[in-house]
Amino acid sequence: MTTRLAPVDAVTIGVGLTGAMVGHELTQAGLKVVGLERGSARFTVPDFQAPGIHDELRFSIRKAMMQDNVREAVTFRNTSDQVALPIRRWESFLPGTGLGGSFVHWNGQSFRFQVADFIYRTHLIQRYGKKFLEACGPELSVQDWGVTYDELEPYYDKFEYLLGVSGTAGNIKGKILSGGNPFEAPRSRDYPNPAMKETYFGALFRRGVDKLGYHPYPQPSANLSRPYTNPLGMKLEQCVFCGFCERYACEHFAKASPQTTILPVLLKSPNYELRTNCQVLRINLDNTGTRATGVTYVDDAGREFEQPASMVYITAFPINNVRMLLLSGIGKPYDPRTGQGVVGRNYSYQTTGGPTVFLDESINVNAFMSSGAPGTMIDDFSGDNFDHSKLGFVGGQYVGSIMTGARPIEFHPTPPGTPAWGSEWKRAVARHYNHTILLQQHGTSTSSRLNYLDLDPIYKDAWGLPLLRMTFDFPDNDIRMSQYIADKVVEIGHAMGGKVVARGGTRRPYAVTHYQSTHNAGGAVMGDDPSTSVVNRYLQCWDVPNVFSMGASAFPQNGTYNYSMTIGALTYWALDAIKKHYLKSPGPMVHT
Amino acid sequence: MRAISRRSLLKLTGALGATVAAPLSVAERSAPQAVATSAADAPHRYSFFTPQEAAFIQAAVARLIPRDGEWGGAIEAGVPNYIDLQLAGAWGAGERLYRSGPWRPGTPGQGYQLPFTPAELFKKALAAIRTEPSGQAFEHALPAQQDAFLKGLEQEMRDLGGVPSNVFFDHLWQLTQEGFFSDPVYGGNRDMLSWRMIGFPGAYASYYDLVDQHGIKLDRPPMSLGEDASQHIHHDPDIPAVLVAPRIVKGDSR
Repeated sequence: MTTRLAPVDAVTIGVGLTGAMVGHELTQAGLKVVGLERGSARFTVPDFQAPGIHDELRFSIRKAMMQDNVREAVTFRNTSDQVALPIRRWESFLPGTGLGGSFVHWNGQSFRFQVADFIYRTHLIQRYGKKFLEACGPELSVQDWGVTYDELEPYYDKFEYLLGVSGTAGNIKGKILSGGNPFEAPRSRDYPNPAMKETYFGALFRRGVDKLGYHPYPQPSANLSRPYTNPLGMKLEQCVFCGFCERYACEHFAKASPQTTILPVLLKSPNYELRTNCQVLRINLDNTGTRATGVTYVDDAGREFEQPASMVYITAFPINNVRMLLLSGIGKPYDPRTGQGVVGRNYSYQTTGGPTVFLDESINVNAFMSSGAPGTMIDDFSGDNFDHSKLGFVGGQYVGSIMTGARPIEFHPTPPGTPAWGSEWKRAVARHYNHTILLQQHGTSTSSRLNYLDLDPIYKDAWGLPLLRMTFDFPDNDIRMSQYIADKVVEIGHAMGGKVVARGGTRRPYAVTHYQSTHNAGGAVMGDDPSTSVVNRYLQCWDVPNVFSMGASAFPQNGTYNYSMTIGALTYWALDAIKKHYLKSPGPMVHT
Repeated sequence: MRAISRRSLLKLTGALGATVAAPLSVAERSAPQAVATSAADAPHRYSFFTPQEAAFIQAAVARLIPRDGEWGGAIEAGVPNYIDLQLAGAWGAGERLYRSGPWRPGTPGQGYQLPFTPAELFKKALAAIRTEPSGQAFEHALPAQQDAFLKGLEQEMRDLGGVPSNVFFDHLWQLTQEGFFSDPVYGGNRDMLSWRMIGFPGAYASYYDLVDQHGIKLDRPPMSLGEDASQHIHHDPDIPAVLVAPRIVKGDSR
């Protein structure tokens, strides 16, 4: 039996970052909004407090904050001729669950994308020619976003001030400023807070890259460098470098999250209702299939409800946005054989993996004194900041010294050639633990016709619905890019004092057995052309205009950087257009 | 509420302790009296392993992370006790493990695809090992023979009752490392032995005043989760971040 509830103006599927932003902006505009969150309610006090929050086994290893694989997994294969099998335990990427979503356990690494990222196809063809791009890989399916950096800039700014991002500006209105990132896209004003203190591993990296003539800058951070009150009146605190950030919630109110920046304000609104432990099964459509009538969900006691709504916002983890569209029959699923269809198309990821730099025993790195975004970085190899014309690939990576702690179950490096266990291994662990730096290479994932998401034909979730199936391997282009930069980073490792430098870089095939990145992107991409995008430039579904799919599922391919700021900027951009245009005259905001 | 004291924590973890009261290492001999007492008090009791299974596990982890002249190893850290508790509890029963079939062998990149929970996997593999001639006498073999046997498990992929030996070895090694390095509240890493060995200070709440003192040698005892919940960070910069000022040994003057 399904209980039909009173209609509301809008419902969000998920109450993480984008769900909270939608809730706040629409309730402010006078709309009644219901937020449906599959996980539990949780808050800084009492849920994230010490000492329990500093538990490496529970949070890093057993992944207590992540989507429960028992109930919902994802199946995976490298190529469409293989049988996809369930990812029975998360390793490669970690979708969060619970109030606040992945924006609770994120690190706070807070970059903007670059100007060229949003016009990627146009930019590459303009600079290198169509033939060059085709030679990089005929399977590559890069495309423009349908929105430009200049259009998004005010929304990046608004989002940075919501979070209180701490950084040193490198480019204000085109003027290059010392101390910041000279490759930064132009910003309209400075960061709301100054950069974080530089760590020792950051300072050592700075010495190395200075010698090589690169351009170091402090990583922009949503772990705050000083107490800050955001425009909603939320008070955040100074980060204390406890070393438990990635995969953890912040006990100190020092990491920007929905809990520290939006939710306490939103939950006071009489126009908002939060319902936790509610699993949405599908978006319901009317008999024309072009209008959503609401959603059907099941609560934690197994009771089924229908929540009618005038607008439906899919605000889940990016790949779960795609699954919700597929389960609801919204948009034409992508078929890799014909190239037709759009839902699931252009799934992309991130290229990661840097070298391990083994230092002299006299150097105490003390990486356990750290935050989630403690890096000193260079952008000399990011995106298209370097000339690719003789390199035979597109894309790039930032390089940085970004150790988000040194928690010992995960981190006890030994130099190449050390036995995997036994006395010699133990001696090497004791010798190198506090005298080793992991460098990061982190960058673009080029979209490809071969990589996509669809529904698995065999495996089901706890509610009997098909799991999402991921077909993915890194295009050769991305391997060439990563390996080229890996050589450069080995040079940096030596320049910063590495006695032994174990080379990094990405290799094929992609495997889900070790952590790489939780920046899964694409699958419900934005654009100007309904034949190559699921949503228009305002994240509105082409086929069902009262459904909006927010977040990184809209990225046509992934850029160099950690993507949270771009998600926030896009969400504000879309909500602004919805408030200005859609609410006055509901219907498609872009006509083709 | 004042948190559990260091002494009572060690008593607590000791009460769940391993069956072997090993000789103390140099480091442990120099440790506070309370530590030595609790280790010696540890009763010989397992929740999950049979005595025969426990004998194999103890002998195996003693080779994976051996004791040396300077530091205790997996036995001294209570790793068998940790593994026993993990397998007896929710993780052993398949917590956070997608368990629906069909089960098929996958590519290495597709990860674990066996139908066994960790508890089932250990039971199956340990039973099969006991049917092998060198497995029967494992705990009585010489260290070099034990190492060769473990290498065989690691590299051979031979069948252990449906469990490939390398998969069993990977599980054993992962749990051994967890038991050696995790917080002592889980029954391993007794007296924070591994943390003292590598210089990890544990669950201190703040390094704000230290993070830019580049290269200092932090010389203070590590702290467990169970030790002192009252050392919470204060946000006011005029209030010291930690109750006890750390001893700073050496700065980086370069």
